[in-house]
Parts: sequence; C-alpha cells; structure tokens
Amino acid sequence: MIYNEEFETMPREALESIQLRRLQATVARVYNATPFYRRRFEEAGVAPADIRSLSDLQKLPFTTKADLRDNYPFGMFAVPMDNVTRIHASSGTTGKPTVVGYTARDIQTWAELMARSLMAAGTRRDDIVHNAYGYGLFTGGLGVHYGAERLGASVIPISGGNTKRQVMIMKDFGPTVLTCTPSYALHVAEVAGEMGVSFRDLKFKAGIFGAEPWSEQMRREIERTLNLKAMDIYGLSEVMGPGVSVECIEAQNGLHIFEDHFIPEIINPHTGAVLPYGTPGELVFTTITKEAFPLIRYRTRDLSVLYPEPCRCGRTIVRMGRIQGRSDDMLIIRGVNVFPSQIESVIMETKHFEPHYQLVVERIGTLDQLTVLVEVNEAMFSDEIKNLQSIERELERNIRETLGVAAQVKLVEPKGIQRSEGKAVRVIDKRNI
Amino acid sequence: MNVEQISIFLENKAGRLSEVTRIFEEGRINIRALSLADTSDFGILRLIVNDNEKAKRLLRENGFTVRITEVVAVEVQDQPGGLHQILTALSKAGVNVEYMYAFVRQSGQNAVLIFRFDNTAAATEVLRREGVPVIDGLDLYAM
Repeated sequence: MIYNEEFETMPREALESIQLRRLQATVARVYNATPFYRRRFEEAGVAPADIRSLSDLQKLPFTTKADLRDNYPFGMFAVPMDNVTRIHASSGTTGKPTVVGYTARDIQTWAELMARSLMAAGTRRDDIVHNAYGYGLFTGGLGVHYGAERLGASVIPISGGNTKRQVMIMKDFGPTVLTCTPSYALHVAEVAGEMGVSFRDLKFKAGIFGAEPWSEQMRREIERTLNLKAMDIYGLSEVMGPGVSVECIEAQNGLHIFEDHFIPEIINPHTGAVLPYGTPGELVFTTITKEAFPLIRYRTRDLSVLYPEPCRCGRTIVRMGRIQGRSDDMLIIRGVNVFPSQIESVIMETKHFEPHYQLVVERIGTLDQLTVLVEVNEAMFSDEIKNLQSIERELERNIRETLGVAAQVKLVEPKGIQRSEGKAVRVIDKRNI
Repeated sequence: MNVEQISIFLENKAGRLSEVTRIFEEGRINIRALSLADTSDFGILRLIVNDNEKAKRLLRENGFTVRITEVVAVEVQDQPGGLHQILTALSKAGVNVEYMYAFVRQSGQNAVLIFRFDNTAAATEVLRREGVPVIDGLDLYAM
C-alpha cells in the first residue's frame, strides 16, 4: 500500500530533477541564513552557484554531531524563532542534548512521511495504532502520532512504560498496529505472558519497530512471539525523526528512503569518499525540504548500504539495508546513546580509579544490561567488603546521574582488563545485533 | 605486638586462589591461618603467613593487589563460652568487630581467634583488662 503514489513511485529521472531543484534551494538558503554553513562553505571554497548537478553535492563539507554540539542550542536553526513551532532534542555526547527545531511546514512534512511509513508497513485508516514510543523531547512518540493522525488511523498515545496497563489496553481496545522499540516489544510480550495474555488473542497484524539497532533474528523472534509482521523504521532527530526510511510489508527487505526529502549517500568513514551503491559504509543525509533545521551532508555514523533496484511493492526510491553498526563506538542502551568516552570521564572524575575500564553490554531477557569493569588498585583497596562495595555503588550512582543509564560496576584485578597494542578494546557487545 | 595480616583482592574466577597458593609454594611461604570473604563478583583473601614481607613482595610481583592490615590474635580455651566472654566484654566497651576467624592450635587445647576491630587500641585495652592472652605477631608467624 502506498500513501503518496506520485512521489514514492516516481521515475528516477523525474525524482532526480526534483532533488536537484530542492538541493539548490536548500544550499542557497543555509548559505544565507546560517553563519555556520556560510563559514564552512567558504572554507571549502564552494558557493551555492557551484551546485549544478546532484553529483556536485560531494563538493559540500560534511556536518557532524560535534558541529551541532558547538552550536548548542539554536545556532544551526535557519529560521527566526518566531517561525519555529516545535523543538525536540536527543541525548547528546557530553550531557548536552542535540536540539532540533521544526517550522509548521516541517511538522506537516514529517506527518506526511510518517503517514507514508505507517501505510508502507500495512496501516490503513481503519487501523488502531498502539503507539508505545516515548512522548516528549524524543521524536519517536510525537512523530508516529502525527503520522497516524495524518493517515486517518486511530492512535492510542500510550507512550512508554507501565507495561501491565499497556497489556490491558491491548486486550480491551484491540489495537492492530504496534509502534515501539524492538526491545520493548519483546518486553511487552514477556509481561503479557506473565499476565496470562497471549498475543494470539490480540488483534495486532503489524508492528513498526525502530530507534535502536536490531537483527533479522530478533525480527523472527518478535514475529513469532507477538504474532504480527515486524517492519524496521529508521530516522534520527537531527534529520527529522522516525520516517526517514521504512520497510514495506510486501517485501520486508530494506528500508525505503523518502528521497524527495532526503538525499542519502554512503561514504568510507575513514576517507570521506563517496561509495557506489551496494558497498557498505557510513550513511550521510542531506535534507532538501526542511526549513528550521536543514542539514547538509550529515554524518550519521550509522553503517548501512544502499540498494537502487526497484522493490516489488512498486516503490522506485532507493532502499537502505538494516543498520549494521556504528562507525564510532556509540552504544545504544535501552534507547540512551552512550559513548565509552563519557563513561571514561565519569570514571576519571570519581576518585580512586585509573583509566582502565571495559564496557560489557548484554541482553538479559529482553533488556540491555551494561556492566562497567574497572580495575582495583592498592590505594582504594580496603580489606573490608563493604568499603569496596561502596566504591562500586558510588561509581554506579555517578554514571546514572551523569548519563541517565543504569550500569553495574564490577571491580576486577589490576591488569584484569586486557591491554591491547593499538586502540584499547573498550566495548564488548554481546547482544548479537 | 599486634599481628599483620595480608589481604589480597581476588576476582571471582577460576584459578585465582590456586595462583596464590602456587606463589606461596614456590616461595616456601607457610600459611598460618586464612579466611576468604566473597561477594558475587570479587573476594578478599585474608592470610596470616610466616613471612609477611616476602609474601607481599611475591604477590605484588605477580600483579596482585595486596594490603597489610593490623589484626589482633587472642588465645582462648577451646571450650564452650570461651568466645562469648570476650565478645561480651568488647561489646560493653563499645568496640565493634569488623570480621573475625579462628583456628585451633596443634596442641588442641586452645583456639586462636583473629580479630579485625574498628578501634584496635581500645580493643587491646579491653582484652588486657579482661586478662585475655593476646598473642604477639612474631609468636604467631612462628607457630
């Protein structure tokens, strides 16, 4: 099912001519409206007039998360605040979130793209969408919500948490489409099981899961235990939020990128060189319709691959493979972005510790568990258990307060953490994503 | 006069304890008494040995985290009520026992108790007043 036949099934040539026109307009606008971009373009020796074809996009400099951080909170906005109607934020790398803004038209665009996404995943007007993405600064909840309303479906704005109540509402209201993170989907199934509720008796036919990386194996597990078809959705608040790309229910094979609004590229994360279709690398997005927060060649750090072949669902837009990992070492723990360097600075700020640490991430049941291994040293070593345990609890508390993520701290013997020749192995991710 | 005890941090994984005993065997170090306190992820091995300096050096050379703690060793008759009398006196004086362990001497007549107090000086004073025989470190290492 296709929400916007015209744009989703447009011949390649026509699509590219629209993309070029929109790209040129965006580049000219950011050059004039955002001092950051003007400076960057000048440093790179490129002017808006140099963008004559889509391949000229490669002349433009990349934008990174560090740039957004340096311009915190509103420095990257390309419209005056009186045109901004919505502000969202995502967890950031230094405790400061990444802030994004939307004009009224941006919100309309986002609703349209989420309506396309929901329909691609099998949602119709007569469906009831159980939206368990968090509502708030996070883009997941409101993004899905506006899309479901645009489509004309009924939306239950349940948000995250209070899982038993969610199960009761699933039983009583009979929602047919579930939207949440994949790990939460499995958690709900587990809680439902404990309550004696089987998904066989619920009315779900489809689920749209995203906001964290997951695997084919996990898809099979979700489809089996929740008795529905599970589709992957991708988005990031910097680029817009959910609805940048989505899988179709017909093929469930790659996520269709809404190219009339975003131009994707795949680059070599080390050299920045653009890679051809079919070659894995880092995803880069340029927004070509956003007003409040346009982004030029934004490095997502997500690793994927692009497939240009038309899909059997009828869409002609390019597909991206499911996210294979990160080109930096960012971890996503229960939806919270965590960089090892952040944990490191908390360790260093907590007295006693030396900078030898390792992070172990496991999925226990359906929830992610982060364990921080740190080495004991003679200065902190008391021969009383309670003193060592209070050192562990202190670091756990500092990590929780600074990063908003629960971690378990474990003391290990000196040299208990393997030293490596080059880059230290800081992260052991056992989640099999 | 007091007794020095060696405490070693041990990760809770197979082979760590036997690594300590291997080091002692090779260094010809004799263990007089020991106790192992553990949590789910680490343990603390506490030992009285015949040569503290050598034991400490060998353990450090092998990468262990070691600490010397002052403990008090007393001798009680190996019969019912022996320990109770001591603990009652300490408790009356407001001295807290952080941990303790015991072993029986080869003669089998007396038990030796190793105490770690929150206040060693006050504890020693109570023991002296009660006439409890406190064992000198050097005697204990040579037992």
